[in-house]
Parts: sequence; structure tokens; C-alpha cells
Amino acid sequence: MEPIKNISRRGFIKGIGLASGGLVLASTVYSFSKFEDEAEVISEFNPNLFVQLNSDGSLILVASRSEMGQGVRTSLTSVIADEMEADWDKVTVKQATGDKKYGNQNTDGSRSVRTLFQKMRQMGATVKSVLITSAAKSWNVPESECTAENHFIVHTSGKKIGFGELVDIAKTLEVPEKVKLKSPKDFKYIGKNLPSIDVESLSNGSAVFGLDKRIPNMKFAAIKRCPVAHGTVKSFDKTEALKVKGVVDVVEVPMLRKAFGPLGGVAVIATNTWAAFKGRDALKVEWDTGANDSYNSEAYMKSITANVHKPGHVEKSIGNIESAFQSSNKSVEATYRLPHLAHSPMEVPNAVASVNGNTCEVWAPIQSPQAARREVANFLNTEEANVTINVTFLGGGFGRKAKPDFIVEATAISKAINGPVQVVWSREDDIQHSYYHTVSSQYLKGALDSKGNVTGWLHRFALPTIGSTFTPGKNLPQAWEARSAKDVPYDVPNMQIETGKADAHVRIGWLRSVINIPHGFAINVFADELAHVAGKDPLDFRLNLIGRDRIQDTKDPYKYNTAKLKHVLKTTAKNAGYGKPLPEGHAIGLAVHYSFYSHLAAAVEVSITDGSLKVHKINMAIDCGTAINKDTITAQMEGSAIFGMSLAFYGKITAKDGAIEQSNFHDYRMTRMSQAPDIHVEVIDSNEPPTGVGEPGVPIIAPAIVNAIFKATGKRYRSLPLSDHGLV
Amino acid sequence: MITLKINGKEHQVDVDPSMPLLWVIRDIIGYTGTKFGCGKGLCGACMVLMDGTAVNSCQMPVSAMQGREIITIEGETENLQALQKSWAELNVPQCGFCQSGQLITSTAMLNNNPNPSEEDINSNMSRNICRCGTYTRIKGAIKHCVEQNNKS
Repeated sequence: MEPIKNISRRGFIKGIGLASGGLVLASTVYSFSKFEDEAEVISEFNPNLFVQLNSDGSLILVASRSEMGQGVRTSLTSVIADEMEADWDKVTVKQATGDKKYGNQNTDGSRSVRTLFQKMRQMGATVKSVLITSAAKSWNVPESECTAENHFIVHTSGKKIGFGELVDIAKTLEVPEKVKLKSPKDFKYIGKNLPSIDVESLSNGSAVFGLDKRIPNMKFAAIKRCPVAHGTVKSFDKTEALKVKGVVDVVEVPMLRKAFGPLGGVAVIATNTWAAFKGRDALKVEWDTGANDSYNSEAYMKSITANVHKPGHVEKSIGNIESAFQSSNKSVEATYRLPHLAHSPMEVPNAVASVNGNTCEVWAPIQSPQAARREVANFLNTEEANVTINVTFLGGGFGRKAKPDFIVEATAISKAINGPVQVVWSREDDIQHSYYHTVSSQYLKGALDSKGNVTGWLHRFALPTIGSTFTPGKNLPQAWEARSAKDVPYDVPNMQIETGKADAHVRIGWLRSVINIPHGFAINVFADELAHVAGKDPLDFRLNLIGRDRIQDTKDPYKYNTAKLKHVLKTTAKNAGYGKPLPEGHAIGLAVHYSFYSHLAAAVEVSITDGSLKVHKINMAIDCGTAINKDTITAQMEGSAIFGMSLAFYGKITAKDGAIEQSNFHDYRMTRMSQAPDIHVEVIDSNEPPTGVGEPGVPIIAPAIVNAIFKATGKRYRSLPLSDHGLV
Repeated sequence: MITLKINGKEHQVDVDPSMPLLWVIRDIIGYTGTKFGCGKGLCGACMVLMDGTAVNSCQMPVSAMQGREIITIEGETENLQALQKSWAELNVPQCGFCQSGQLITSTAMLNNNPNPSEEDINSNMSRNICRCGTYTRIKGAIKHCVEQNNKS
């Protein structure tokens, strides 16, 4: 998000309140236009883009980030309400459209709260200040005698006036540039457990997800895409498709070779989704499969593994890794292999687009509404101002819905048929045409001295980069994709991190916790392997490996803190009863990882009975700085545990001759209720700035499971998923 | 013409008799609370009550639905509203997309078995996938609902 700007005073804007002072996030005077249509009867006060106070006391707060289950519509708005001293029961939340005036709206990277917490506090505090001034003026008393309490301004004499009654005065006042924020001890909503503001609509079927959007005359479309990424249509025969009852048209969708461009194919347009699917089944398409049709997962894994078994590109080197190995008492080496993954949110990609001349309105479950706006405008060769992106509820995102390719598809079809259309992906489309989480091979080698201390750490990895999606041909990780390996918070004097080449043959994308999945796995399992060879208890060994208390030496304002890392590890181990007697056959495995600026650890208790794995308990501890909503953080950890189990148990996407082999939940399986363990989460109390929550719980689960299996059985599994090893 | 009884109301639809009930409900009649998740009866997102039993509506040809009593998430039936209340009390949903199906499956379970064991809950509810991983809370909310039902 752009910093909150102190733009010059612009005076009143079209009678809808004032837009002067320090809190307007962008300079356009049309910033409030989305509210203009609605407030006919009651007057309203729009001190900034995120707040609309109405004269009846109702308060509309704007969520600029997309809601996909992480609770952002509740968390950030509750921050505004807290600083405003508003009554939460009077709040409704309005979802922002995709517009740069809101600052960065990309809902990914576990950063909504981290980047917006202070700004939302300021939004709320500013409004409160204006309301206090308004009351003081109307009573003709000093402002210092007035305070805000639960949607009222209260005077020291005891008289009080409702927020709504102050709207008409407030609109005439300037918004102050500087305000005092509340003391954290006075927080009313922050740090408490507000339930989701949407819990009812999400439990009674009334919440409108992208897939539920209906507009007049809307048709439904399904696209047949080339089984091989970036293949193109050679020819097609629509005769049989057009015979399907309900099918009204068949059009070609162009393939655009850009990051968020559609894959292209042939679209069947119908009066209902099922007819569109049936019509698509009846289509005959000949493909030019292109350069990726020789992509075979097994051969590919061999080739990237060969690349990590030879010297690679050095990303980081401290001390002297070669002499560390030469002088070591023992050395340990291991290679870890992880497959591609697909996000598979429960709601498949979909979008409604309505193109009308050079304008377009879209309704879609999208994590990146501004990217969508830009892509649609580019496609239509029009101005972004002519494109409206309405953000619906997202039925899960996990990074898939950060890529608006499906919105461009809907736009292309709407333009071609000259009417509104909803593009619906089938589950097969979702699994076979995703932006896949990278496939990886990682080689680690460690040196131990005679006391079992780690004196050398070599980590070499090869994986197709997300950069290849933006710049075709890129075959080495980008700097940020090496960071979670380079910044491993272990106190080792000789360390070298290298990367090997890996060409991409499918679209590579970011999936919940991204590069931390492979790095978190390899680093945590390898540390456990070192502990075993050193003859040490894994917990003691790991605490020693993290080493001295120290704070990361970096220019980044956020730094890892090894004291915090050790604390979360010790806390979760204690909560799990680590070291105490367990039921026969049970064992606890540990993992600890710093990502998205948060410190996390997991202790997972498993057993293996007749060769079959059961996860009994998952304990997690997270230090994410100030907790806006502990219940939401706990929920995100619970979800991360299940997400992490799914990828550990079953997560595997493979290609044969360029085509993805899995197709639906029978061969791309998910954890289910019967496998769900008891999950206990400890959120560490902190007054430091908030850090990431949505993603960092994921990468610690799989390695903790693998480490627990080793402790229980003595067998080490260095590749996932565990279903490949017959354990689940 | 096929006559359907959904949430107590009759609807006449003129569609291909093999069209799954899911798409008739969503695209023809317009109740969008019932969700499309997989189209293969694997995930439970499309669950509706058919004569009190939870079925994957994506696997049910509409022609077989004549004379059946269909209840969707928008409907009212024994236990559904009580479960929805429990869902809210335990703040169950994350993204919420699968929750219609979860609620329908648990409604059918409680209608059939007012005091399910842990194993009953696991086996019944394993028909439904939640990608956000709300299983712990779903289980907690079902147990909470059972407690409340037993009190009243």
C-alpha cells in the first residue's frame, strides 16, 4: 500500500463529506463514488476511504483485502472500530473493488494485517478525533473534556451524544493530520476473539461466492484447454457440442503467453453449467501441444536431482564449507524430493464478466483485484477506469486466486459473445491447469565435530522458479526464493547455499507458504537426521543448533530472533508432553521455522500400526507479534495443520507427456475428518508489530510428521507424499 | 416437465432428465447455497437432504427426484437451524464454501442418530472435504449442538 499521504486540502467533494487532511489514500476526487449511489436519505461522513459513518449511527467499514477464510474482513475492520471507539454491533463491512486508491490489495504473502494494522489504527483514531471535535463544538466545551465511548462522545458533565448525530457537524470539519493512538491496554476488540462478521452468511448459504454470482442474461461457459501447458488450438469441430441441449455457442479463447494470460482453448457457452460441461465433452479439438509435451515427472526428478548432486550456483557462503567437511568427525548427507502441488480451493476458479463496448464489469473470487483490473483493461485495450472488479467471497484461495487468468478468460468470452458470462472451471480443470507449486530436489550435507556440534551446512536445491511464469526461460530461483534457505537461523560457522538449474514445463505459482514448503521440509528433516547421527535428543540438538540468542542482521525491518524461535520450540514441546511417557508405539516429531516474519514450531504425535500412519496430536506455537484476533490465529493454525497433513499424506501432481495425471479428489486426495488429529495452538503474547499468520503454519507440519515417524520406527522418509511409501 | 419439491415449495423444470439435481438447484431454480466442488460425489460440497438422507446432488439425475422431499441449506428442518447456531457459536467457517455441505451431512446424521459417538461423527463427516481444515471446529460444533439438544 502506498503510504498514507498528506494531500493538499481539496475542500468538500460533491456533498459527500470531506476529503481533506491526512487520510485520503489517493488523490482522485472520485474516491468516494462507490458510496454516492446509496446514501439518498441519510447523511454520511466519509473521513477517509475506509470509513463511512451514517447519521443513523450505522457504520460502514471497507475491507480492501479479499476474504478467503483468513478472517480479514473482521480483523482489519475491528482495528478501525477499536480506535474509533465504535460499537461493533453497528458495523457492516463493505468489500472494496479493485482500485489503486486503496493501496496494495494483493491478498497474499500473509501481509494484510502486518502492513495495514497501523494504517487502520490511524484511520479509526482520526475519525474519533473529528467526532470529539464535533461534539465539543456543538456543546461549546473544550475538546479535552470529551471522550469517545462505545459509539458516543461523552462529556465530563455526563451528557453524551451518539456518533450518528455528529455526522452533520463532522462533515464540515477538517480531518486532523496527527492523532494519538490508543494504548494497547485499552484495546477493546484488538486481541480479543471477535467471531467472523460473516459467520451467519457463511453458515446459511447466503454468502455470495464468485460461483454464486448471477446477473441478468448471464450465460455459463466451460473451456477445453490443451492438456499441455501453453499448447494451442490447431482445429476444432463444434458440431456435436452444439447439439447438446442448452448449448448456445462455441468460441475460441486465445492463448496469451504472459503470467496471468489465459491458457486458451475452446469455450462452450450454454444456458447452464452442466450443459456447458456436456458440450465441452462433445467438442473435438486438435492441439499443437508445443514445447512442453515431453515433460515427464519421473525423468524430470532425476534430472534436477543430478543438478543438486554437483556444484551449483553459490547463493551464500560463510566460513569455508570444504574445510569444514575435511575436518569433520562425521558427515551426513541426504537428498529430499517433493512433487508439484495444486492449490485446489474448494471453490474452483470462476468469474463473471460483462463486457459492454470498451467497459467491463467483473465479479470474481480474486486475491489480486488490481492485477485483474489491469489485465482486463490490457485485454480490452481500454483504460483501467473502464473496468470494475467486484470481489466476491473466495471459497479458498491459497495463492491460486492471486492469478486472474480465469477473469481474462471470462472477459474474452463475454466480448466474443457480446453478453455476460460466467466461466466455470471443473475440478479436473483446476487440478490439471493450475499454477503449480514447484517440484523440488534438495541435497544437504552436514559436518559434525566430535561433540556432535554442527560445523558445516551445505544446502543445494533445484526447483523450477516462479520467475519462469513471468519470464519464460528462467531456470534459477529468484533471490527471494533462496531466502528461506539462506536465512536459516542456525548457528553454524561454515555454511553454503547453492542452487541448481531447473526448467519449468508447467505454470509455476505460489501456494500457501510457497518456497517454505520445500525448504522447511528439508531443513527440519535434515536437522533431525543430524541429531540422530550425533546421538543427541532432537529437541536439545535443535536448540543447540539455533544457538546463541541473536537477532538477524538485516536491513529488513523484520528480523528473526533466535530467542523467540527457541521459545516457540520449547513451548510447543512442553505443551505436547515431549520427553514424557507416551502410549506404546507413539512418538513425537518436531519442526521449527521462521517465515512471513513469524516464529513457529510444531510437535506432532504419531503412531504406526500395521504399517498404517495415524497422526494423533498436533501442537503448534506461534509468535506473530501483536495478536489482533487470537481465535482467528488459532483457526489459521488448525487449518495449516490440516493443509500440511494433506500435502504430507497425499500431495502429488505429476505430468506424463506434458499432461497432468491427477484429475479429482480420488487421486489428488485431501485429509478428512476421520484423520483429523487433536490440534492445540499456543499464541505467544507479544506487543511487537504483527507479522504473518495465514501461511507460516503450513511448512512445519510435514517435517514434524516425518521426524515423528523416524522416532517411532527408525525409518526415514525423504520424499513426499507418504502415500507413495504405503503409510496412508 | 419435472416437478421438484425443494424446501417445501414445488418447482416445475423443463430440463434434460439426466441433468444432476445440483445444477437444477443452482442454475435453473437459483438456490446457490448448495455448492459445486468436484462433480464426482467425492467432496460433499453439494450435499442436500433427500427424504432426510444426505446425498451428493451432483450425482442425482433430476429425473429421479420427482416425489422426493429435497431440503437445501436455505431450507428449514429438524437440527439444521440448531447446527447453524452452533456453527456460529464456535466460529466454525473459514472460507465457508464447504460449510453448506458439512451442515447438511451433520443434519442428516443427527436426524438419524441424536447422540453420535466420536466414530459416528468421523465416519459420517468424512464424506465432506474442508480444504481450510475446519474439522476440529465442525466436530466441536456438532458435539455442542448435541449437548444443547439434550438439555432442551
